[in-house]
Parts: sequence; structure tokens; C-alpha cells
Amino acid sequence: MLTVQNLTARLSGRTILQGITMSAHAGTLTAIVGPNGSGKTTLLRALTGDLPYGGAASLNGHELNATHPRKMAAIRAVLAQSTHLAFPFTVAEVVRLGLTASVQMHATDLTARALAEVGLAGYGPRDIQTLSGGEQARVHMARVLVQVWEPVTDNGPRWLFLDEPVAALDIGHQLTVMRITRSYADSGGGVVAVMHDLNLSAMFADRIALMLDGSILSQGRPAEVLTDTNLAQTYGCPVRVNAVPEQGPWLVPQATAI
Amino acid sequence: MVALPWHKTSPQEDDRSVGAAQTTRTLLGLLVVVSILSLGTGAAGLSVFDAARDLVSGEGLSVRDRVILMDIRLPRLAMGLMIGAALALSGALMQGLFRNPLADPGIVGVGAGAGLGAVLAIVLAGLLPTGLAVLIGAHLVPVAAFLGGWASTLLLYRVATRGGQTSVATMLLAGIALGALAGALTGMLVYMADDRQLRDLTFWNMGSLAGASWSKLAASLPLILPVLLLSPLLARGLNALALGEAQAAHLGIHVETVKRLAILGVAAAAGAAVAVAGGIGFVGIVVPHLLRLATGPDHRYLLPNAALLGASLLVGADMVARVIVSPAELPIGIVTATMGAPVFLWILLKRRGLGGL
Ligand SMILES: Nc1ncnc2c1ncn2[C@@H]1O[C@H](COP(=O)(O)OP(=O)(O)OP(=O)(O)O)[C@@H](O)[C@H]1O
Ligand SMILES: [Mg+2]
Repeated sequence: MLTVQNLTARLSGRTILQGITMSAHAGTLTAIVGPNGSGKTTLLRALTGDLPYGGAASLNGHELNATHPRKMAAIRAVLAQSTHLAFPFTVAEVVRLGLTASVQMHATDLTARALAEVGLAGYGPRDIQTLSGGEQARVHMARVLVQVWEPVTDNGPRWLFLDEPVAALDIGHQLTVMRITRSYADSGGGVVAVMHDLNLSAMFADRIALMLDGSILSQGRPAEVLTDTNLAQTYGCPVRVNAVPEQGPWLVPQATAI
Repeated sequence: MVALPWHKTSPQEDDRSVGAAQTTRTLLGLLVVVSILSLGTGAAGLSVFDAARDLVSGEGLSVRDRVILMDIRLPRLAMGLMIGAALALSGALMQGLFRNPLADPGIVGVGAGAGLGAVLAIVLAGLLPTGLAVLIGAHLVPVAAFLGGWASTLLLYRVATRGGQTSVATMLLAGIALGALAGALTGMLVYMADDRQLRDLTFWNMGSLAGASWSKLAASLPLILPVLLLSPLLARGLNALALGEAQAAHLGIHVETVKRLAILGVAAAAGAAVAVAGGIGFVGIVVPHLLRLATGPDHRYLLPNAALLGASLLVGADMVARVIVSPAELPIGIVTATMGAPVFLWILLKRRGLGGL
């Protein structure tokens, strides 16, 4: 369980996050949405140990800023918004960076399976720097997956923290990756994903947190959060929410002001 | 087949560990060959094969041969191996730390900083109380070089990295400034030195293995040996660091520890090498670069293989230095720079195609 109580965070002397209170349960997918600069990445960084924070935040009962990186790495993996690799590693080598000592035995199988999951079967020997942007993004997704491959272990549920996992992907691979995260949650793991695509969020998330100016404006089930008024207020553009597909709300951005 | 610790994983085509292990064996072979050749090379005509035959036939070595072999060629070989390994390893460690294939202690001023430490030790040793000077003895110069190298690596890292990303331009420019500063201070010290110290300085500054002796070896071994033995422990951390500091931490790496140890390792290896052999450039950049081309950037193989190739390369360069203007000798730094500087330029040229620095 992820619990966040009145969290604040500062960057370069500016307060970026204020009064963030939220929780997420294992077995669910939580989407964090909001306009550019609203603090989504900053929140994710605070929750993954990159950033000191005020207030309290814990994952599976471990206070986030007081737990050794190795211990945290065993229960959660993190996909950054962007990754630049310093050296020409192969795809398989990058995926294997995610392996912790305990699963090293079937390293090859796991690597191959993770790559197949993200639609990159057979890409193992390629130099990652020769892959396209979306392909590279999926390699890192595979790396994150092998780090916490089993959604539940004896030590409890494990977590995926993903910053815009589908931003660089085409529509087919967006669905591939969203399905992976969905089934991770359905198998008992927890997923917290920063998203820009509100329709995918509505389709796949159990809960949505809508951020604006470093605070959470609204959180709850997709249909509760994604309303015309909430969206017009946060994104500053008219959006009409339809309930046409039965999975949930369906958003149509409007070309003209309402 | 030698069972090395990273041979455990099974062979697989997308895994370069098999090739890396093969490379390790080849490099071990190369090391042996180069070492034998080096023992047989020198101004005095003594062939290793004659010596070996004398030994085997039970006649034993003549006194002259024994002196040449044991007191001149063997220590020179041992020091060449040690310093070559140290230079290549310090380069590989530094490149991993800075996440940049162009980082090299010699190029970015760490060598100059270590040199300043060494010169400081040579010049100021006279000021020490005699008892203390005797006590520290030969260790003073290597330790001072280590401290100089450590301070400059630390300073460089502070200046050139922001939030875990290194700017190449800043790193190289800061390296130039650091090198110039260390050079100026060294110049001042040289000006202050007396005749005997000047002799020591000139000898040290030539960048040569000519002054090799068992005692010099003993003085710097305590610095280099721990780096050789312990650097493999940093391999996983440096691999993860290639993703950036934050992401390395997400993978469970204690980033600060890895960085501190890598900086210490760079300083110890580069410092010890500089202290006993002066400025020998480019080994630290050429060796890791060639190995990355051959077996990839995985530090689990890169670090040990770099030590092996660096050792062979330096002993080879030393042979060239001894033979090419025989019976005189070129400073070995000239040989390594002639081989290495073009490689450095070549890397720059290739990186330009990859979207510049
Ligand atoms: N290092 C920094 N120093 C000062 N301000 C920063 C820093 N990093 C980010 N910010 C500011 O913090 C705010 C939140 O940034 P953040 O990266 O969390 O936004 P985001 O919601 O992830 O946006 P995007 O959708 O563009 O990824 C922005 O206004 C940004 O300008
Ligand atoms: Mg962001």
C-alpha cells in the first residue's frame, strides 16, 4: 500500500508540491494526470526516492526517504520520463540491468520474455542506441518489468512507478503497454502511472489523481474525476466527456470554445 | 579453461559474456607472450631462451645474467605491468563515473593533480623531521600523488556534473584549467627546489620506466593492488550509473558509495602510476575504448580486461621505447601518446556524428 500524507517538495528553493495526500492499494492501477508543469514528475520523483520531501510517504510500510535503495529496489521499479544511456549497451544488456541477484538464474529466459511482452522479441543483440525512440522506451519498460517480475512475493506486493510509459508509443504499443500494467495490477501488484492520455487513463485506471499547480485537484474513480468542469478548469480548454463506450468516460477535445 | 567469476551464466547469443571471457583468455595469453619478449629485450645481450636453457640444464645463471634479469629486467617488467594495468583501470573507472568515454585522468587534469602532489612531496620532504621522513620513506611520493589525484577528481566531478549528468564540454574545459593550475604550481615548486631535488624531479618527470626497482614497486603496490582487486565490486554500480544517478538508485545502487569508491579508485590508480612513472598519457583512454568496441561496455568484463590489456600495452610500449632508438631510450610517454592521441581524435570525430558533445 502506498500512503502519502500532506507531502510537500521543493526544487531550487521553489515549493513545487503542496499538501499532497493520496493512497494507492496493491492490485490497482492509479493514473496521475494533469497539465504540463503541474508536478506529476516531481511527485513521482518524491515517491521514488529522488527528491527529499516534507510530510510522510510510505510504501508497504517503509518510509520512502528512510529506506535503503536496495530494499526499495526489491519492491518497486521505476520508469523515468526519459533515459539517456551513456554507453552502447545491447538491448539485452539494458534489460538485464533490471535483474536483481535473486532471479539471476533464469536471466536469459526472463530477458527474452520481457522483450517479447513489449513487442521486441529478437531485439536482444541490437545496440540500443540504434533503436527508434519508441523502441528504446519499450526496452526500458522491459527492464523495469524484469526488476519486479512477480507482482507478489513473500514480502508482499510489488510496484511499478511509471512516468509517461506510453508517451512515445504508437497506438498499438500504447495498448500493449497499458495491458501489461493492467494485468500486473490484476495479479496483485500495484501500478502508479503518470499519464497524458486521458482516454487510456479512463480505460485502464482504477483511480485517477488530477493534478494542478502542485496539488491534487480531484481524485477518485475515472468517472468522478474526469468531468467537463474539472477538465476545463485544469487544462484550460473545453473537453466534452461522453459515456459512449461502456468501459468508462470517453473524451472528445473540442475545437471551439463551449 | 580458467573459471572466472562471471562465467556462471549459460552461453546465449544475445550475451557478450562469452566473447568477453574469450577475450580475457586471449589477453592473458598476450600478457605472457609480451612479458617473455620484454624479459629478452634490453641493451645487454641476454636472451630469455638462453637463460631458460641454463636454468633447465642445471648450470644455473651466471652472476651477470642473474643481475640483469633479477635487478633490471624483472622489476622493469613488473612495474610496466602494474602501471599499465593501473592506467587503463583508472581510465575505465573514470569513464564509468563520468558516464563518458572521453574521461581520462591524463586528459582532464587528474594526472597533473597527482603530479603536483608528487612534486610537492619531493620538494617538501626535506622539511620533514628526519625521523618521520625515514618512517614514511618511499611511500611519501605515491601517497602524495594519490592525495593530489583524489583532490582533483573530486573537484572535477563537482564542477562538471549537475544532477548526475556530466557535461563533456565542462569536463574537458575544467580539466584544462585544472591541468594548467597544477602545472603552474608544479613549476613554482620546481623553481624552489635545490639541486638534489631537481635531479629527482627531472628523473621522475620523464615518464619512463627506466628507474624501475623493487623498492619503487613496493612503494606503490599498496595503492594499486586494492584497486585491481576491488574494482570488480564496482562493476554493477557503474553499469547502473550509465542510466543516470536517479535510475541507478532505483535499481538499488547506493550511488554515493559507488561514486566515492570510484573516485578513490581513480585517484589511487592514477596517483600511483604518476608517482612512479611520471606522465604516461592515453593508455587510460585507448584501452577501454578498444575493449568496448570488442566486447561492449559492461564493466564486469571491461574492468578486468582493461587491466590485462593495459598491462600488455604498456610493456609493449616500453619495449618499443627501448628498441627504437637503441642503445638510447625514448620516454615511454612519447610512445603512448603517439599511439593514443590519434585514437582520442578518432573517438571525437565519431561522436560528432552522434549529435555532437
Ligand atoms: N529543478 C527544478 N527547479 C525548479 N523548478 C523545477 C525543477 N524541475 C521542475 N520544476 C518545475 O516544477 C514544476 C513541475 O514540474 P514537473 O516536471 O513535475 O511537471 P510535470 O507535471 O511532470 O510536467 P510534464 O507533463 O511536462 O512532464 C514545473 O513548473 C517545473 O518548471
Ligand atoms: Mg513529467
